[in-house]
Parts: sequence; structure tokens; C-alpha cells
Amino acid sequence: MNQYKINHLRELEAESIFVIREVVAQFENPVMLFSGGKDSIVMFHLARKAFWPARVPFPLMHIDTGHNFKETLDYRDKLMADTETKLIVRYVQDSINQGKAVDETGVNASRNKLQTVTLLDGIEELKFDCAMGGGRRDEEKARAKERFFSHRDEFGQWDPKNQRPELWNLFNGKKHMGEHFRVFPISNWTEMDVWQYIMLENIPIPSLYFSHEREVINRDGTILAAGEYVALKEGEIPQKRIIRFRTIGDMTCTGAVLSKAGTVEEIIEEVAATRVTERGGRYDDKRSEAAMEDRKKEGYF
Amino acid sequence: MSAEYNRGYLDMELLRFTTAGSVDDGKSTLIGRLLYDSKAIFEDQLESIERASLKKGEEGINLALLTDGLRAEREQGITIDVAYRYFATPKRKFIIADTPGHIQYTRNMVTGASTANVALILVDARNGVIEQTIRHAFIASLLQIPHIIVCVNKMDLVEFDETIFENIKADFDKIATKLDVHDIRFIPISAKLGDNVVDRSKNMDWYEGPTLMYLLENIHIASDINHLDARFPVQYVIRPMRDEYHDYRGYAGRVEGGIFRKGEKVKVLPSGFTSKIKSIDIFENSIEETFAPQSVTITLEDDIDISRGNMLIKEDSIPEIGQDIDLMICWFNEKPLILGGKYFLKHTTSDLRCVIRDVKYRIDVNTLTNDENNKKIGLNDIARITIKTTKPVFYDSYRKNRLTGSLIFIDEATNETVGAGMII
Ligand SMILES: Nc1nc2c(ncn2[C@@H]2O[C@H](COP(=O)(O)OP(=O)(O)O)[C@@H](O)[C@H]2O)c(=O)[nH]1
Repeated sequence: MNQYKINHLRELEAESIFVIREVVAQFENPVMLFSGGKDSIVMFHLARKAFWPARVPFPLMHIDTGHNFKETLDYRDKLMADTETKLIVRYVQDSINQGKAVDETGVNASRNKLQTVTLLDGIEELKFDCAMGGGRRDEEKARAKERFFSHRDEFGQWDPKNQRPELWNLFNGKKHMGEHFRVFPISNWTEMDVWQYIMLENIPIPSLYFSHEREVINRDGTILAAGEYVALKEGEIPQKRIIRFRTIGDMTCTGAVLSKAGTVEEIIEEVAATRVTERGGRYDDKRSEAAMEDRKKEGYF
Repeated sequence: MSAEYNRGYLDMELLRFTTAGSVDDGKSTLIGRLLYDSKAIFEDQLESIERASLKKGEEGINLALLTDGLRAEREQGITIDVAYRYFATPKRKFIIADTPGHIQYTRNMVTGASTANVALILVDARNGVIEQTIRHAFIASLLQIPHIIVCVNKMDLVEFDETIFENIKADFDKIATKLDVHDIRFIPISAKLGDNVVDRSKNMDWYEGPTLMYLLENIHIASDINHLDARFPVQYVIRPMRDEYHDYRGYAGRVEGGIFRKGEKVKVLPSGFTSKIKSIDIFENSIEETFAPQSVTITLEDDIDISRGNMLIKEDSIPEIGQDIDLMICWFNEKPLILGGKYFLKHTTSDLRCVIRDVKYRIDVNTLTNDENNKKIGLNDIARITIKTTKPVFYDSYRKNRLTGSLIFIDEATNETVGAGMII
């Protein structure tokens, strides 16, 4: 019977595909959130696999902070064109202009928190009843208890005390009018699994993930890309370094690592040897121990 | 660690396990120890728990702090929900369903147990087998977790005494004879000091068995899945609206048992029509055969009407088909089960409704006796009941197949998941 087994990446893949298909079967108007980061790239790849040879039967939505790296946007647009996928973009800047969100000011300003407002508005405006996200449970303590199918009340909030038990592969997506779900198809993947899968499936990823030279500043141990969105503190002088990014998002808080890894194989070796979590490099998570948890309750990704 | 490591990684198996023990038996410390000794803990996480340990005025780092989750719980110093943890060794990737807690304990353990290959049951060497241990063993058996590892913890506090370990083993074996469990192992450990967790203990020469990590890495799980009775619940029908696949009609789903091969004859439930498998597709590739737990798309030679909730099977093994179902349930909600009440059900990929016909007995999980007089089923209760469904269900007994033999109950008013059922 030994031949009838699959490795852990194929098992994770099968589980995620099952979850994505379940979303399409159970909801009327789902959307998949897409940031251009490796997790959402893998999630989208799984969605393509789930419905092939049909096109992915839902649109993707990008919540654009306006602080994106150009490489990410170019990558995104090419991928959408190649796969004939519908992309919706909603801008944090619009929420700010409408007075619904206020930009943080000062040297540590970041738009990560503001994304929540734009996201919830987008969900309401376009009447989505389910938004799939690329969150993983290994990312952060507060995510460890998150369900695959996460119920949100009419204000888009998450109640960690009142989650539905999730057993076997039976997912309960029933809801009342006005409520919606967040679904996390790659809940059980770790950072290592994601990289191994990218290698296994030969998935193209934005160049930012590979080693390159860039002007950076070092702020309390976090290496940030020096750019128009990062206000310099007194005494900070941008310097050229060989770096790569472990996550890519808002330029103002995405930390880089000094690295010479130029291929997926080399990244995997680096991840295997590294002793700091991905989020350890995210400046906004460092602000408070429970930062992530607070954002999640408000409806963050 | 180089190319070889990568190749090794691609050969890894996935093992899911759950942990059970009473409060203070050392579950959190044990999980922390496994993560720590397998180097799954990062420097920034370590710093954060060092800070927290200091704040609490503890000496050294408290490994238990690694695994507790939400802030409110952290502040109260308790954990009350299932949390999932991950670590990997070159052999396997592990998913831990960490289910500590107090009142909601049964519900949590049942949830964590539903997908587990292995249950780790902790026993405090000083206390031995207690009522809680019986409950944990019973739940592991009820949920048909294929393997149980009993960790006799805090051996350092009983001078690593062999007799104490042997007595606990004998007591546990006595309970096990009343249960439906097949594979039980015992390991004497100290989660705090690390004895027999990852590294072999120097304090217990008398123990010749494997360490916990060795067992987790090597216990044989490939045959836990039913590869005999072919079951394919249709999840979604794929009809591409594009010219080159104009006539493509694919049945998407996950194999929940058995093996399906290209060219084989299959039967569709409930219609009873038969056809042959034309192709088994995964993305751009077609494969010759598929088995649990793969997610694939199957196309058939004939054009027959098939939709979500239907099931493809092979005629050599027909599942039970019926509307009157006898099952064990675990209740999850403060609102008690209502005799004669109606509930939504989810079973494989079908949605249906049922009425509760009868409560046969409630099980006292601490003594494992059946109580036929008290039929009030509330939060965390386990009972045997019968239901009648609105349409025929194709099912197997839970013992035969955990996926086609399980279902959940959903409250029609609140939409909450209020119970789990295992078909007898
Ligand atoms: N001496 C000793 N103490 C232990 C051992 N394992 C856990 N403890 C202690 O027992 C207490 C409860 O442990 P904890 O892991 O929080 O238990 P939980 O409630 O089951 O998660 C803590 O003070 C631990 O340090 C052990 O093997 N030996």
C-alpha cells in the first residue's frame, strides 16, 4: 500500500484546493485578496489549479496602500493579463480623501492599519460575502486559533471567543444577511512550505524576493527601503546594501534582510538556517506585542 | 543543509497530532520543548517569551509561554480554544492541534481529534491515571484516532521510578480494554528537563523504548487511510466557458476513500447511473489513478446529470444509504439538544436537514457508563441518538471511514455549529 501516499506539500495543496472549491460552492459572491506577496501568489496558483480548465470563477482584489514597490505592481498586472483574471483595486488614498481614514504622520508612519477601512468598504460596496486571504497560522500567535472559515459580524469584526468549531473537512459557511466570511485556504502552510511549493511548482515571483542592491536605512534593527514614503529620522543616512525582502507590502514597514540568495533554492536554504520569523522583520508588528491581535479584531486581513 | 536537505524535505509526510492532559500536567511545556528542541522557535519569539517570563518573575524561560495565544487568555493565564502549531524535522511536518483548557475541554479535544493521526495523552506521574485521563482516552477512541501515545510526565518528581511508570501503564491498559483503540504506546518523560522528549534520558536506563520525537517521526501512518472503499463526493462541477474546452464537464472533489483508476466503471449516487472514468485531471496534468486525500477533477465517458452532494463510488463497495441514522454525538453549544428539534446537517459535500428522533443514552465520560435516565444533552455532553434526515444519506460507519461517517449539526436560527456526529 506504500505507493498510495503523498508528500506533505501535495497534502497541503489538496487541502487548500478543497477549501477554495468549498468557498465557490457555498458563497454567492466571493473574492480573493491579492497583495502581490508570495502567500497570495501561492493562493492564487492553488485557485487556478482548483478550477482548471475553467478560469478562476471569482475576481481578485488588491487593497493598494499607495506605498507599493513598482516591481509588485508590474508583476501583478502581468499575472492578471496572462491568466485572464479580473482584478479590482481599491485605494487607501481614496479612504483618506473621503475622510474615513487618517494617514499616520511622523517617522514611523505606516498605512497597514488603514488598509482595514478600505478593505471593509470594498467588501460592502461590491457586496462580497466571502473574502479569501493568504494568512497562515504559523505567522503570528494571534493567528494560531484562526479557523479556515472565519465568521465576521456585520461590522466585519472577528470574535475570537465565539468561533465555530471546525471538524474533519466540514466547513460551515452559513450566515445571516450583512455578515461575511474570511477564508484562509493556506492556514496550515508554514513559510518553508510556501517556498518549497514555489520551487516544486516553478511559480514565478516578484524580483524583490531575490537578492539585489538597494538604498536602505537601518531603523532599530529593521532594514527599510529608502524611498519617497519613508521619512528619514535625524541622523539616518541611506546606504547601499545587498538585500532581499522576506515579505513584500507597504514600503514603509516592510523589512529587508541582508542576503545573497538569488534563487528559490538559495532562499530555502536561508529560510532553513534563519532564526528570525518573517514578521520579526515587520516594523509595525514590533510596535506592540499584541499589535496583530488588535488589528485582527478590527477586521484586518 | 543544502540540496540534500531540500530533496529530503520533498519526501516528508504530514502528521497531525493532538494533545490532551489536565491543567498543569505539562502540555504547554511539552509542546514548547518539542518546538524548542527541534529548533522551530525563532530568536524573536524566544526574546518575547524571555521578556514575558521575566515580567512574571520566573527564573529561566518558561517554555509553556510559547504556546499560549490570545491576549485575554494570556492575561488570565489560561488557554481556551484549539490552537494550531507547526514544526518540521527532516522526516515529517507536524501539525499540532493544541487543545488545553477547562470547561470547554471536551468540545476542544473532539475538534482537535477529528483530524488527528496521533493523540498524545499526558499523565502526571505523581497523580497517575485519573478521571480526566479516562475521558481523554475515551475521546481518542470515540474519534478513532489511530494511535495513542501516553506520556507519563514529571518523572523527575518521582525519582524516575520504573515501578510508578509500570503501574500507570497497567492502569491505563485496564481502561483501554473497554475502548476501541488499537495502538497504544507509553513513554516516561520530563517535559521540563527534556528527558525522552527529543533526547534519550540519562536518568531512566530501565526504559528501552523510543523517545517521543522518534515515535512521532516514525510511527506508521500511511495505512490509516481507507484505501479499499472508493468514495468521491462531488464538490463542484467545472464547466469552462471557453472554446477549446467546450464540452468539458469535470467533477471536482476530494477522494475520501479507496482508489479510482482511469477506465474504471463508476456508479453515481443517488441516481444509480453508471459510466466509465474518462480522465482524472490535476491542473494541466492527467493522472492514471487517484486516492485519498487527493483533490482532483474526474471526467466521465457519458453525459449524465451530476451535481454537488452526489457521490461517485465503485460497485464492489456500496455505502449505506438511508434516512434513519444511528450515531454518537458530542454537543458543542450552551443551548441543549432538543428532542424532536430540527437542525441543518453537513455530511461530506451535502447539505440537508434532520429531526432528532431519540436520545438513547448519555455517556458519563468519567466512568464510561451509559446513563439511560438522564437524556438532557448539553454543552460537552456525549450521547447516542437517532435522527431522521430529509433526504437519503450515503454513508459509512465512522469506524470504517472517518470522512464519510461524520457529520455536523448546525442551529437553524443562529447558524452556529452546535454538534458533531459519528455514525455507528
Ligand atoms: N518538575 C517538572 N515540572 C514540570 C514538568 N512539566 C511541566 N512542569 C511544570 O508544571 C507546571 C504546569 O505546566 P504547563 O506546561 O503549564 O501545564 P499545562 O497546563 O498542561 O499546559 C509548570 O510549572 C511547569 O514548569 C516536568 O516534566 N517536571
